Amino acid sequence: MRVVVQEAAFDAGAELNAFSAGLGNMGAVVSFTGLVRDVAGGLAGMEIEHYPGMTEKAIAAICEEAMTRWSLGDALVIHRYGALAAGDTIMMVATASRHRVDAFQAAEFLMDYLKSRAPFWKKETTGQGDGWVAARDEDEDALTRW
Amino acid sequence: MDVLYFAWVRERIGLPKEQVVTSAATVLDLVEELKAREERYAAAFADISALRVAVDQELTDFDAPLAGAREVAFFPPMTGG
Repeated sequence: MRVVVQEAAFDAGAELNAFSAGLGNMGAVVSFTGLVRDVAGGLAGMEIEHYPGMTEKAIAAICEEAMTRWSLGDALVIHRYGALAAGDTIMMVATASRHRVDAFQAAEFLMDYLKSRAPFWKKETTGQGDGWVAARDEDEDALTRW
Repeated sequence: MDVLYFAWVRERIGLPKEQVVTSAATVLDLVEELKAREERYAAAFADISALRVAVDQELTDFDAPLAGAREVAFFPPMTGG
């Protein structure tokens, strides 16, 4: 299990290859990559704030929960903070398991919990000014299925 | 104890972190003390249903006890991922 919270950009493809190398008896790897989306057009940039210390602990706890719920060989979470632009990679999740169902479900679980339980806050800058991205009810509701 | 503010809570109060000497028994008691200080605190804590709280870096509820707590953080619902 590996949890990385960093400001610097990362190469999701290279990370996925490194994660997949040497898994041995694992037959499935699932990955998700999150990008900065220009929802309405005119996004000048995004600033992601986080809670140093709690962020790493909260993500590690979510990963450990996934490892106990599903039969996983390994799990990876990388999440950035700081200044990002439209199209930039914000974060990635990867899971490995013997059979695909565990890896798929665990990756979805990790994403659902990272959305609403990892202490990150997104602020968008557009031509109309700055604004904090509001949490969506659907993201909170998504947790109930687990 | 250290009290931390993030995102728009930080902006509304005007600082990221401060030391608070308090005998508040619960998070809600601390919120009431802070609200009584100045208008900017009252504004930030006007609707606590719009806020989340962590005590010693663990998410908790506003009725959580503060005995022995070293760090309390207030912030809006998280938007990770």
